[in-house]
Amino acid sequence: MSTTLTSGRRRRPFSKLPAIGLGVGLLIWTLLPIYNMLLIALSDDGDEFTGDIWPDDWNWESFRVVWTEGYWYLEHFWHQLGNSLYMSVATMLLTVLIGSLASFALGRLKLRHGWIVTDFALLTYMLPTAFLVIPFVHLMHIYGLTDSLWAVIAAEVTFATPYAILILHQYAKLIPLELDESAKIDGASPLQVYLRIYVPLMAPALVAVGVYALLLAWNEYLYQYLLITSPRNTTVAVAIDQFFDSDEAPWNYMMATALVYSLPPIAIYFGLRRFMVAGLTMGGVK
Amino acid sequence: MSGSQQALEFGRPIAPSRLRLPPWRYRFQGSDTAWAIAFVIPYVAIFAAFVIYPIVFGLWMGSDLKLYDLLFSDPRYVTTLVNTLLFVAIGVNVKMVLAFLLSGFFMNRSWWTRTLLAIYLLPWALPGLTVFLSIHYMLVTEWGLLDSLWRAVTGEDGPLFLVSAPLAMAANIVSYIWKWMPFWTLIFLAARMAIPQDIYEAAEIDGASGYRRLVHVTFPLLANVYLICTLLSTVWTLGDFPTVYFVSSGAPARSTDVLATYGFHEAFDFGYPNLGVAAMMSALPLLIPLVILLMRRIRVTGVQL
Repeated sequence: MSTTLTSGRRRRPFSKLPAIGLGVGLLIWTLLPIYNMLLIALSDDGDEFTGDIWPDDWNWESFRVVWTEGYWYLEHFWHQLGNSLYMSVATMLLTVLIGSLASFALGRLKLRHGWIVTDFALLTYMLPTAFLVIPFVHLMHIYGLTDSLWAVIAAEVTFATPYAILILHQYAKLIPLELDESAKIDGASPLQVYLRIYVPLMAPALVAVGVYALLLAWNEYLYQYLLITSPRNTTVAVAIDQFFDSDEAPWNYMMATALVYSLPPIAIYFGLRRFMVAGLTMGGVK
Repeated sequence: MSGSQQALEFGRPIAPSRLRLPPWRYRFQGSDTAWAIAFVIPYVAIFAAFVIYPIVFGLWMGSDLKLYDLLFSDPRYVTTLVNTLLFVAIGVNVKMVLAFLLSGFFMNRSWWTRTLLAIYLLPWALPGLTVFLSIHYMLVTEWGLLDSLWRAVTGEDGPLFLVSAPLAMAANIVSYIWKWMPFWTLIFLAARMAIPQDIYEAAEIDGASGYRRLVHVTFPLLANVYLICTLLSTVWTLGDFPTVYFVSSGAPARSTDVLATYGFHEAFDFGYPNLGVAAMMSALPLLIPLVILLMRRIRVTGVQL
């Protein structure tokens, strides 16, 4: 595809100068808020807003404070980072497991009336999640999951699974059904077909869905904020917001924390971009 | 095109393949159904416990009609409603048009546009919390980065963004576009790349190039995708929370709230959860037709998301 595209394009010269101008503009536009985080994080405490557009001395003190938990909002920083990680990884694993099981039942075992489940998944996928949050918090009290990471995991899995089911269902159509059938002739049970054929062949789609769920949980904020109350159980996202809620908070520590918190998504993005993009396009906006 | 085949299969997975099954396959059918039900139960349980139950609970919480009298007598609610409509109407449409045009720019696959695309997509992967906070501190004082840049270029003091309601609302909308435009650019880029090259070659032979190629070839082919993406984005944006919560955080004086942040404050700061639910439910008259339209479009066209 890409070769035909480039050869098709080569005949029409790409007007260089406006394109480069647009490119530079996009680069500044994209990086400005990210640069601002670094700028504030590198300032001295109390000197965050001096009107500089370039840090006059590169003061890495705030990152040291975050690292050593040297400020009272940050006294559980590493524990909270562990909570964020635990919550996101649990969401990822559960989403991949539940999504792949459901998509296997719908697509391969041809569950009767399975379209109802697909439609429910589609409906949940469309739902603006913030609109559910108030009853959700009340329900978690009823379920006895107050101040528990598992309440957050339940929420994130709920909102990540529909997309997983839709994408996996779509991707599974590329795998010939004859494989399943010949395995069954050899006496394999559906569980064995799932484990030995479906999961290995679906690996790229499972990675895509896993990365999607991981980032969804890591980047989400509202449910984490409302479902967890004690500082020990909370996540870094909520800890960052504590700075925001207080008036005299040191913004350089806050932005340093925000940058550290943004690093895993950046790393995942640059490392697994292929899968993330594939996850969007493999379902096929065709 | 595989898209049309998917359209036929979507939502009706049983019909075509089961009819063609060889007779021996039926031997497994009984146990298959049992397995299928066992496999689908975890999802159905989650759906019932964490989607159906909250929805029913929410409808019950917001069912008292007096709540809506209370809402509409609150001038802040009316402002919120106007803000939400502005946020959605301007934010979604500007974002979609720009994303569509930029996806054409990124069709050029030279090394530097590829690199630029990789950087340009970064906001999509970043947590809304951190980037919106950063934008908030770019705007909140006149010594933030944006005003400093303004001062460096013009020599005069820049505006105080979060003191004027229109400027603060504009900041919310621009931040929203910053965060979500890359994602939709990628969607449109994928859709453009799925257009067979020979269509363009035929158009070129017929003399269509440049602007006319965009209007008469590319856009008609992508119109369905564009419509569905816009509808979906509208539904999501109606319930957008983090942008306004962090960028303007309602400033000045709760005059830039949208429905999600208004409901949030009513429920968790002022202790009126039912009123919060009612505020969010007041989006239903817009939300329900949109969702129905969207489901039908997806069913008819077979665009998969």
